[in-house]
Amino acid sequence: MAEEHYLELSENPVQFEHASSVNNVFFDEANKQVFAVRSGGATGVVVKGPDDKSSVAFRMDDKGEVKCIKFSIGNKILAVQRTSKSVDFINFIPDYPHTEFTQECKTKNASVLGFCWTSWNEIVFITDQGIEFYQVFPDKRSLKLLKSQSINVNWYQYCPETAVILLSTTVQGNVLQPFAFRNGTMTKMTKFEIELPVVPKPAKLTLSERDIAMATIYGQVYVMYLKHHSRTANSPGAEVVLYHLSRTPGPGPAWFRHRPVPLVLLRSREGACKKSHILKLNTTGKFALNIVDNLIVVHHQSSQTSLIFDIRLKEPDCAVNTHQPVLPARSIHPYRIPLSGTRPGQNRPRSPRSNLTPSVSAGPAAVPTQPPVPYSSSWSVFQPDIIISASEGYLWYLQVRLPPTVHLLQDKGKLMDFLLRRRDCKMVILSVCSQSACPSCRRLHLPSGKLTTVSVPVLDGQEKGSLPVVATVFDKLNQVYKEYLEAEQSYTAAMESGPSRGGGAQKRPVRTQAVIDQSDMYTHVLSAFTEMKDVSHKFIIAVLMEYIRSLNQNQITVQVKRGRVSAPASRFPIFDAAVSDWLQHYLYELVIKTLVQNNLFYMLHQFLQYHVLSDSKPLVRTSARRWQHHAEGGSDPTQLVLFGSVFQACLLLSLESTYPPAHQLSLDMLKRLSTANDEIVEVLLSKQQVLGALRFIRSVGGHDNVSARKFLDAARQTGDQMLFYTVFRSFQQRNQRLRGNPSFNPGEHCEEHVAHFKQLFGEQALMKPSTV
Amino acid sequence: MASGAQDKQYTPSLLNFFIYNPSFGPREGEEEKKILFYHPSEIEKNEKIRNVGLCEAIVQFTRTFCPTKPAKSLHTQKNRQFFFEPEENFWIVMVVRNPMIEKPNKDGKPPTIEYQEEELLDTVYGAVVRQCYSMYKLFNGTFGRAMESGGVELLIQKLEKFFYRYLQTLHLQSCDLLDVFGGISFFPLDKMTYLKIQSFVNRVEESLSLIKYTAFLYNDQLIWSGLEQDDMRILYKYLTTSLFPRHSEPELAGRDSPLRPEVTGNLLHYGRFLTGPANLKDPEAKFRFPKIFVSAEDGYEELHLIVYKAMSAATCFMISANVELTREFCEQLDGLVGPQLTLLASDICEQFTINRRISGPEKEPQFKFIYFNHMNLAEKSTIHMRKTASVCLTSVHPDLMKILGDINCDFARVDEDEEIIVKAMTDYWVVGKKSDQRELYVILNQKNANLIEVNEEVKRLCATQFNNIFFLD
Repeated sequence: MAEEHYLELSENPVQFEHASSVNNVFFDEANKQVFAVRSGGATGVVVKGPDDKSSVAFRMDDKGEVKCIKFSIGNKILAVQRTSKSVDFINFIPDYPHTEFTQECKTKNASVLGFCWTSWNEIVFITDQGIEFYQVFPDKRSLKLLKSQSINVNWYQYCPETAVILLSTTVQGNVLQPFAFRNGTMTKMTKFEIELPVVPKPAKLTLSERDIAMATIYGQVYVMYLKHHSRTANSPGAEVVLYHLSRTPGPGPAWFRHRPVPLVLLRSREGACKKSHILKLNTTGKFALNIVDNLIVVHHQSSQTSLIFDIRLKEPDCAVNTHQPVLPARSIHPYRIPLSGTRPGQNRPRSPRSNLTPSVSAGPAAVPTQPPVPYSSSWSVFQPDIIISASEGYLWYLQVRLPPTVHLLQDKGKLMDFLLRRRDCKMVILSVCSQSACPSCRRLHLPSGKLTTVSVPVLDGQEKGSLPVVATVFDKLNQVYKEYLEAEQSYTAAMESGPSRGGGAQKRPVRTQAVIDQSDMYTHVLSAFTEMKDVSHKFIIAVLMEYIRSLNQNQITVQVKRGRVSAPASRFPIFDAAVSDWLQHYLYELVIKTLVQNNLFYMLHQFLQYHVLSDSKPLVRTSARRWQHHAEGGSDPTQLVLFGSVFQACLLLSLESTYPPAHQLSLDMLKRLSTANDEIVEVLLSKQQVLGALRFIRSVGGHDNVSARKFLDAARQTGDQMLFYTVFRSFQQRNQRLRGNPSFNPGEHCEEHVAHFKQLFGEQALMKPSTV
Repeated sequence: MASGAQDKQYTPSLLNFFIYNPSFGPREGEEEKKILFYHPSEIEKNEKIRNVGLCEAIVQFTRTFCPTKPAKSLHTQKNRQFFFEPEENFWIVMVVRNPMIEKPNKDGKPPTIEYQEEELLDTVYGAVVRQCYSMYKLFNGTFGRAMESGGVELLIQKLEKFFYRYLQTLHLQSCDLLDVFGGISFFPLDKMTYLKIQSFVNRVEESLSLIKYTAFLYNDQLIWSGLEQDDMRILYKYLTTSLFPRHSEPELAGRDSPLRPEVTGNLLHYGRFLTGPANLKDPEAKFRFPKIFVSAEDGYEELHLIVYKAMSAATCFMISANVELTREFCEQLDGLVGPQLTLLASDICEQFTINRRISGPEKEPQFKFIYFNHMNLAEKSTIHMRKTASVCLTSVHPDLMKILGDINCDFARVDEDEEIIVKAMTDYWVVGKKSDQRELYVILNQKNANLIEVNEEVKRLCATQFNNIFFLD
């Protein structure tokens, strides 16, 4: 099943001239560049990477076989090792002398195993007798030894992200000595020992360079040890043992885990390297490791499959920090190498710069017509996510495809945990939500009274009892959402308390794809879900309530207005109104719509009674509009007949209401809002409760500012003359009090009412200006 | 005899309660056929016929004045009769003896009896009669339904069976305004806990999809009802005045008391069935539940009523009566609901204590009031003590309760919002307020307070107790 391949190779690989007798290929992990060196450089060196568009081509003199070739960071200086004693340098900085210069290693009789650039002008030589740390002066064409350390070295590994070099020491090679480099300083870190499955006698080099890799996972540096299966041990298969290197900044919450964390490797000795995780491979053979999106990918050559592990995923049935593969083993999605002439990614135009490299497009040999053999022995795997086929001339980045995981991971909670930690997870998560909310599998009950649960077999193999699953999914989403909001909040607080304080180290939290807010849920999941015909309204309401519950359970009151941060409201975690008031309002509208459409008014009352649907002015209007909409717009005439009278009343919630609840509910809500006094007056007036409106506005102290005309209009409409008289006199008194004159200002537009008053009660009934 | 002889008070009591249908015995000599139920049954046949005939005549007679609204009650010196026609031609009549005072006379003369004709309120006892019918209907469906399925014989049988027991539980002396309202007391709860309950109900309904409706109560107060309002109202009445009180005694009983239900060794949760099997483990256990009738789109639907309780939290699960409930189902329900409900009950309890501590308990006793909202039937009373099966205790004098009833009658006459302030004989002030659908009655004990002070006091009450609702001043 092609949909099951959850790993794939990047669509646009870096192509280079494949390795041959005249063409040597080198890969630099630091800059992710492939060097194709033809005839020792005399007929050309082509440097490609890190993507298929960037390339550098040059020539250099053939001074012997090249053993290692690397640019310093930023392609400033090229270092080439041709002998075991020295390294040659060529400036690539414009206006600097281009002539090569050479540096021999300082230690006598030592042979250089290799070198690593740690910055644009700092380089480390690793010899079999120690390491030498140099600064390069390209203008002077010389190097200065910054620091050196004597130590017997079998082999080394370099982690460019953290600038840590790991040296294998002792006879068996299993004591590893890390060094960290930073701004011209070299720090010796605590050495540690890898537990070997079998200790050879007599002692000989046992730990191979191939079985050790360094990588950054969730912002932490790990040394990964591929522990092969031994017959003597009880373990059923090989394992990957992770050693956590030193103390680095603590694990960040999910929202910033993709952020490149500046690694501060502590100098303190207490940060010893500790065995932290064991990944069970449950098989034996040849393996290779990659890190993709914080997942550890283990390729197994003989079965041509790969496994993925997530060290953050807790295994309930395993001992602490022992991990089983997240998903069943699958091979990498087969990569089709396009026929000659076309580059991978047919839709893309050919990169003109790639064409300039004659070696690639020259001969048909460069473009094999056969698909590359996956997991072939010619593949080389580099950290974190690089696979190179030197014989075919390709450099791929390994990628995780999330959609297939949805079907492979049955446990939706675990799936969510997994997805929420991935980089491009948003759409996949939303699709899982839609899927959980609309299970094609519902339980069936036979009318015999015996509760028979029949799982309808469905293609995606969904399990029954979907509501708890939906709840788990929502809770996990909102947990991440909440953490992000909290981080945002504390960032805002820190910014306000002064950027200089607290070291000023706080960075604005990055909103990753895993932060799925209400707007996302509303747009992509819930609004479509409530429209579904074949889902019972009961279930729709249950899902909506579950989402509201989950929001409430996870939210913390955030007072964003006026920038004040309030303490977490542990007692009544009321969802923050300021952040997403209008969104919530749409969420509530969905609830109301569903309830009203199904004539479930009593349910709606109960929700409002317990303030499940928080008060808001739009909500009041929504209720009214919904009801109105339903009454008017129902294209289905039977529905109209069914609900007609009720809705009509709601529509006219302010008039003589035959459906009182809407009226009372709205007024209560407006009252609680305490900013909606005008609306209350409107409602009362339209219900012809003129005196009530007048008394209300007086009780809230708004009497002096209201429009007299509005009240007089309403009073006159009632046809009740005494009421009109009372209201009229009341406003005359107000005028008297405010302006010392009972008459109305022209701006109040009450002339018509004054005339009406005179007509009804006579001129003499008008209040006269007091003489005092 | 001795001058210390005292007046003897008699509270109102039930004299007769009968149900008849004039169309069943239209011819002379067949009058007895009209009578479907008569309490007390030992009354001589001819007297029964006479009483029924009298009622029939009064109703017929008053109908000539107002065909749509025949007489609802008849006041006489000794008693008062209440007429109610719940279904066409079916009449329920309740005769209540007026309260009276027996004054002993000197010189061995028989004591004089003074009937207090004006003490009873039509609204209160009219509501009691209607409640009788609603309760019958809850458990038996309409009269018409019994007629359809088994004729008059079945109806008579059903009425006999139901009212024989039910009338014993009527306590006419303690009926008051609350009977008029027939309200529901809602449990105050924060949003989060409420949502948890919602989630619980939804999950149970999803996994046990036989369940059609669910109601959730805590401390005898309603939190959630999946039933419609009117059905819930009568079910609530049954639960709080009959079922729960019957089952609360064993809980209060001591550990070794024989009343205490046997602990089935289930240490995982405190859930148990209040209806149906008392002990699931009992191999003889019967899985029969009371059946109730609730309104449905097409008339009525019959449901099993499963009441399941854990600590103070009670849930009612209603399942279509067409389904036969089995041991397996009950075990499944017990296993699913028991642990969750136990947890939820302790959650609610915790929240409740926190809230009470915050809001302050001293606020409560300051005011004696009754609040009722016609819209959602929410009722709150600080006048009434906890209701038990037998009595409903009030903390105020019956005279004051009567004033409340009178004010309520006044309110019922007009649609407009109004406010009535009464100074009672005993220096109490009684204030009634009506705003839209809401009614509030406050009793203040402030001897020398004047009208303005009383008004201010009530405003204060509204501001503290009812600040989150719209109450016109």
